[in-house]
Amino acid sequence: MDAFLHQVIAGLATGGIYASLALALVMIYQATHLVNFAQGEMAMFSTYMAWTLINAGMPYWPAFLLTVAFSFVLGVLIERIIIRPVENAPVLAVVVVFIALLVILNSVTGWIYTYTIKTFPSPFPAEPIFGKYVTSHGGGAIGVTLVVLLLLYAFFRFTTLGLAMRAAAQNPESARLVGIRVGWMLALGWGLAAAIGGVAGMMIAPIVYLDPNMMGGILLYAFAAALVGGIDNPGGAVFGGFLVGVLENVLGAFVIGNELKLAVALALIIGVLVVRPSGFFGKVLVTRV
Amino acid sequence: MSRKALIGLAVLILAACALPFFVSNYRTFQFTLVLVYAVALLGLNMLTGYNGQISLGHGAFYAVGAYCTAILMDRFGVPYWATLPIAGAVCLGAGFLFGLPALRLEGLYLALATFALGVSLPQLLKYDRLEKWTGGVQGIVINKPDPPFGLPLNADQWLYFFTLAVAILMFVLAWNLLRGRVGRAMAAIRDQHVAAEAMGVDSAMVKSLTFGVSALYTGVAGSLGAIAVQFVAPDSFNIFLSIVFLVGIVVGGLASISGAVYGALFIQFVPNIADEISKAAPWAIFGVFLIVFVYLMPMGVAGAIRMLLAYLARRGQNSSVPAGSARPSS
Amino acid sequence: MKPKLVPIAALLAAALASPAALAQKKYDPGASDTEIRIGNTNPYSGPASAYGTIGKTIAAYFKMVNEAGGINGRKVNFITYDDSYSPPKTVEMARKLVEQDEVLMLFQTLGTPPNTAIHKYMNSKKVPQSFVATGATKWNDPRNFPWTIGWQPNYQTEGQIYAQYILKHKPDAKIGILYQNDDYGKDYLKGMHDGLGAKAKTMIVKEVSYEVSDPTVDSQIVQLQASGADTFFNVTTPKFAAQAIRKAYDIGWKPLHFLNNVSVSIATVLQPAGLEKSVGLISTAYLKDPTDKEWANDAAVKKWEAFMKKYYPEGSLIDPSNVYAYTVASTLHQVLKQAGNNLTRDNIMKQAASLKGFAVDTLIPGIKINTAQNDFAPIESVQLMRFGGTSWVRFGEVMGR
Repeated sequence: MDAFLHQVIAGLATGGIYASLALALVMIYQATHLVNFAQGEMAMFSTYMAWTLINAGMPYWPAFLLTVAFSFVLGVLIERIIIRPVENAPVLAVVVVFIALLVILNSVTGWIYTYTIKTFPSPFPAEPIFGKYVTSHGGGAIGVTLVVLLLLYAFFRFTTLGLAMRAAAQNPESARLVGIRVGWMLALGWGLAAAIGGVAGMMIAPIVYLDPNMMGGILLYAFAAALVGGIDNPGGAVFGGFLVGVLENVLGAFVIGNELKLAVALALIIGVLVVRPSGFFGKVLVTRV
Repeated sequence: MSRKALIGLAVLILAACALPFFVSNYRTFQFTLVLVYAVALLGLNMLTGYNGQISLGHGAFYAVGAYCTAILMDRFGVPYWATLPIAGAVCLGAGFLFGLPALRLEGLYLALATFALGVSLPQLLKYDRLEKWTGGVQGIVINKPDPPFGLPLNADQWLYFFTLAVAILMFVLAWNLLRGRVGRAMAAIRDQHVAAEAMGVDSAMVKSLTFGVSALYTGVAGSLGAIAVQFVAPDSFNIFLSIVFLVGIVVGGLASISGAVYGALFIQFVPNIADEISKAAPWAIFGVFLIVFVYLMPMGVAGAIRMLLAYLARRGQNSSVPAGSARPSS
Repeated sequence: MKPKLVPIAALLAAALASPAALAQKKYDPGASDTEIRIGNTNPYSGPASAYGTIGKTIAAYFKMVNEAGGINGRKVNFITYDDSYSPPKTVEMARKLVEQDEVLMLFQTLGTPPNTAIHKYMNSKKVPQSFVATGATKWNDPRNFPWTIGWQPNYQTEGQIYAQYILKHKPDAKIGILYQNDDYGKDYLKGMHDGLGAKAKTMIVKEVSYEVSDPTVDSQIVQLQASGADTFFNVTTPKFAAQAIRKAYDIGWKPLHFLNNVSVSIATVLQPAGLEKSVGLISTAYLKDPTDKEWANDAAVKKWEAFMKKYYPEGSLIDPSNVYAYTVASTLHQVLKQAGNNLTRDNIMKQAASLKGFAVDTLIPGIKINTAQNDFAPIESVQLMRFGGTSWVRFGEVMGR
């Protein structure tokens, strides 16, 4: 029983990692109705920016804030410069641009920073305060994720800007007719998603160590988490993240062994989606004929 | 097809047949791979381009076809040409079975499901309970077939012609299929599936069958690829293969048969070009190539060629109208 | 009389000159009076691109050699292509190197699956597949594959060494193993199993694997602790090794901890994990770690650092792969020097199989490179070492040949 509990706790810690990136995916989906496959690499790149600042001597919190701001600007720039020219292209062409972005960011980061792992500092104390099975950082990261979740929820639910953004994504023509600047809504969405990704990256790096390939596996799980929780529901995405983390750990330790846990975890997630196609907490979409 | 198009096609096929006698064995090998990828991309294009079901995991079917061939040839001594129909049948079944539950999934969700398939398959291939068959992490080495009946060709050239023949057959079958009722049903489902069902198209059957046939094509391509490379291992079939296939059909042209060939040329040769340009970050160069291609030709190379031909045709028409006569309003 | 004496004297002088200079110049494709073409594939892109720095260091090494005049007066033309660690790409690039670029030989092609894919091809074409960059055991098979030769100490041997240590010093150990789920991980696993022999079944209480795509191995470490193991064989690459060492310490698990040689670098593994958390780790060594204080004033390491700064300034000075690459390039340098003017593929393999007690200064003192016609494993000796908190301390004798 002890062992099971430890695996669940470890699973919640990794789940927090998936949840934080899943929030960025939800953000970009809410703003653009597309899933950005380069979100992980953008987050990784932001984290390297933070690392550069901290290495140059800047204290943690100023570097953190500067990186969040920088990530926001990066997201806006990417949308304006790289995504805008293809906004009328078929959806798959845009997906290919995302893939190109992923590949470019990964390769350039590896070239500049090499592939040796780097330690990334944590703002939380080094001693475990939740018992020896969870580091303070693990718990703190989950806390930060929940704060971001609340901010996101409040933004979409209670602000006009959030409403405008969702409108722009759902029905660009009608949105324009009521005076919403759709182009800038998209850019804003990208900026916010990139900023959330940057926060996620800075929470993840102390746990998994910073290297250019840090986000590859995490993106897959975050994608699955976001979908199983409901791609348009930030709370669902966080729930999905924890679910995937715990599921993966428990399957690997007690059910199927580590060699197949990836396949089985994904199969289960797909099973959920077949039964509930919008995920646990997503809105069921009804299309008009 | 118009006469001009038929003549153009005949010229192309003749050129393809003459190729191995004018270039080195190494280039012949490269073009064999282009043919292999063209068949694989045709399969994916059927599913994603014509039928609108996005697949981020078609590399898995390629792997299944490749492993079928390798296992049959290495463990059971089946001759290489006989493994193709078997691999095709296995992939048809696998694709159909995967397509059934996938019926419930749309767009993003289907993308995730197929992505999951593409990611999990290497793990399955490495699983040690299956190691007896799959060779586990070490993979399986197979022998290159020799030209039959003592033809005066070397192994590379024979393999090229074999692959060319299979590819032509697969393309003709696909063209037939996509031109007919089934093809129109597929496109109808992609564009307006509710209306299509209201018109009597059995959406579930068509979608699952499309999945199956698409998997068959990519699986046969995998078999041909395994024979050409003479080696299969889990590392050859990771998620990047699936992603590269997707890139291939987009660059080549969605919902286009010729697009499969353009896409195959792109995914075979552009990474090499990127490598020549920069060793420091070859992927970055490849990414830049991708973005440039999508910007310049958002409908793919096939789409761009179609537009070019239409433009030329229009210009031809305009210039043939004598000046001063009444012009029809556009 | 006199005028004729001069040409005859000249002939005599030439005949008495050193045999190497007079030796018949024999060339296979890729070699000439002015150049030697060497081919290579490395993963410069894709999931294994971290190892691409090896190809870059080797290129820099031969740039240095060329600037100093080359080898026996010939410049080395090092041609390297990206294979993304994908076997079909490796086949294509190897064929390009052999058939189109007409290289004399292949050198340090990287990865077990890529090398397996071209194994038969290279041997049927009779082109050397030399000093491959993998620790698999199968490259030491001169009878069946006379054109393929390995270089680094192979993983199975290392696993056996740890097994023997355990049998000798802790015969009642309960062993838990964490391994990467690929050929590298499974090779080490086999080595440990073989080394323990019949006792493997009773001594190994838990084996857990991980994929390179896993974010962390924390779950696996928790599993190992829960199994009651008191000895830990850690077969992980640097990122995961650091995670494993740190997690084990954090959850209070203190086993007798064996770390595989791939991840022993102080700067890239132990420091990120935490130096105080790495005390007591046991591993083997054959290369000098440039980040270990032990070698802080070592002439060979300083020479290597100067080389890196001049010829590969964007390369990392803390990445052990760059020391590895420098050392293996030095080995090829020696082989080519020994070949003299007889640059046939046959002679290259012959020279590669005639390295006797050859030492590169970046190898740990006592480690020598030895090859013979029936011994295609150049480095078979290693020394055990234990981490003391700031440095690795070697103990015991140098084992192996």
